Amino acid sequence: MNPEKRIVASFEIPYYRFLDAQGKAIAALPEFAKDKETLVALYRMMMLLRLFDKKAIAMQRTGKIGTYPSTLGQEAIGVGVGSAMLPEDILCPYYREYGAQFWRGVKMEEVLLYWGGDERGSDFANNQQDFPICVPIASQTLHAVGAATSVKLQQQKKVVVTIVGDGGTSRGDFYEAVNLAGIWELPVVFVINNNQWAISVSRSQQTKAETLAQKALAGGIEGWQVDGNDIIAVKERVQAAIDKARQGGGATVIEAISYRMGDHTTADDASRYRENQELKENEKFDPILRLRNYMVSMRFWDEKQEKALLEALTLEINEAVERFLAIPAQAPESMFDYLYATLPDAYASQREEVKMGAKS
Amino acid sequence: MTAITLVEAVTKALAYELAHDKEVVVFGEDVGLNGGVFRATEGLQKRFGDSRVFDTPLAENMIAGMAVGMAAQGLKPVAEIQFMDFICAGIDQILSHASRLRNRTRGRLSCPMVIRAPCGGGIRAPEHHSDSLEAIFAHIPGLRVVIPSSPARAYGLLLAAIRDPDPVIFMEPKRIYRLVKEEVVDNGEALPLDVCFTLREGKDITLVSWGAMVHETLLVADKLAAHGIEADVIDVATVKPLDMDTILKSVEKTGRCVIIQETNPTCSVSSEIAAQLAEKGLTSLMAPVVRVTGYDTVMPLYRLEKFFMPSEQRILSAVNKVLEFA
Repeated sequence: MNPEKRIVASFEIPYYRFLDAQGKAIAALPEFAKDKETLVALYRMMMLLRLFDKKAIAMQRTGKIGTYPSTLGQEAIGVGVGSAMLPEDILCPYYREYGAQFWRGVKMEEVLLYWGGDERGSDFANNQQDFPICVPIASQTLHAVGAATSVKLQQQKKVVVTIVGDGGTSRGDFYEAVNLAGIWELPVVFVINNNQWAISVSRSQQTKAETLAQKALAGGIEGWQVDGNDIIAVKERVQAAIDKARQGGGATVIEAISYRMGDHTTADDASRYRENQELKENEKFDPILRLRNYMVSMRFWDEKQEKALLEALTLEINEAVERFLAIPAQAPESMFDYLYATLPDAYASQREEVKMGAKS
Repeated sequence: MTAITLVEAVTKALAYELAHDKEVVVFGEDVGLNGGVFRATEGLQKRFGDSRVFDTPLAENMIAGMAVGMAAQGLKPVAEIQFMDFICAGIDQILSHASRLRNRTRGRLSCPMVIRAPCGGGIRAPEHHSDSLEAIFAHIPGLRVVIPSSPARAYGLLLAAIRDPDPVIFMEPKRIYRLVKEEVVDNGEALPLDVCFTLREGKDITLVSWGAMVHETLLVADKLAAHGIEADVIDVATVKPLDMDTILKSVEKTGRCVIIQETNPTCSVSSEIAAQLAEKGLTSLMAPVVRVTGYDTVMPLYRLEKFFMPSEQRILSAVNKVLEFA
């Protein structure tokens, strides 16, 4: 038997990087990366994130907040995404991208409130449209295509960006979202934070596919890989995808390769399933160190500025922590107050019971 | 004014809202050019265009999830799940997001969305096409679950559901999609949500039902009347939140209650009504509350479905049992 055989589709996934692990430019840098102020702003936010992260973990250890997922080692992704978006764009994040959220006006005390067991942490004072941190894995990708549909039907110029983990790309939600984004040419960007671990399940156990970016192709959209520890590459690619989407060019999947340098959350202990050697090797690719090395090599940055920044950020974080700690808990009956626009009569007595019970 | 069927009333309500609220969009599998497999969206795409009425890829979880995203960003999505049985793929989005986005964000974002879903048995449908899943959704805080039992209530309640600022699961009992015709004024007047409708008044017994079973319940009430027994017939209509006040008031008057539902009894809406009667209406009751329901087994394929769903005879037996008790 010799059936006719033709290759009807084949594919390539491009990989992008500007800085090598030592922070040396290995390609011509985009314009924004030549600007000292822009780089300092990116560096500042990554440092803020790292210090905030350390503080949040310490607060969990001392019972001041609940379970907290660290973003250690992945700071370039959140900050790269946040800094590439316009204020009116819409973010559908998962739970490790405070960098993007902070950039978009979410306050540190709001994130602490959320992980500190208070819904008000998702009622962002400075950002009305972004979705709250999403816990059910990859479900936010469907909100993103829904929001993008809304943007498109209302003929707005906004772009929706959603972030999902490597584990999240195994979920149907992600495929369904990518599929819809393709058909309807939606103004949406999917960013995958591939930090190599979904709690204890490694990237290689998650899928046989060589890249996560190629999952875009089955939906008919572009898939790119980017060095997720190179803030310049993340920002440049996310910016390119956003620009494309804003001009009507449709959706993109960007797989940002990084490494989860911490535990999954404070409730996890990665030493149970991960070799310390692997962690040590990946620490060499630290995104903050990389940008600092580059900035120092360009004479944009020195020890004195570093010290001043650390002091300023520590103060800023401590002030946010103080504000968080000073916020009293909500009234117990508030658990009913945002369930519906108006609480149905059927539940009024339950609300009353909670209210009276709290007083007695 | 002409008499129309329940499914035509659904179409009219959708058309009215599409015409009067530019934020309303109607979508789902086969709802566009094809007008829906039950023709509930017949002609709507032609009239309102494919940016208001459109087909989606075949993925119910996606339909529910995108509706959340659309609703949170300024639209009023009215999504169709082709058969209620297939809604299960979307429960994560309904339970984890649609029902709680307002609560999660302290009111910053909300989900004014409707998911329409034809439900129930009795049309000789294939496997996985006959379930009635109101109990599953009634368990979820933050949702409304509405199920009409007549063309007029389908029209008025669907308008109310679309205008409601919170998510509504709107179940359409497909067995009665074309069973009866009724005159419906297409004037955009909504009916109230969260309240029962008393369809018939009587002093002897309270019959509580919703959806397609209201039809059999009314027939039984007619037969009882022929024997001088007058029944209060209550159409629950909104099964979540439940208007127990109307039911309790009726039972206060009659002292007897039979609840009729199509689906299986364990942890169902009838369980909730019976429990609340026990908690709040015990002193009114002269006889035990009796439920006439499907059974705690899988809805059988259509050769046996009539043995699963409550018949007039089963309702009558239950009523007689209650009347004989006291």
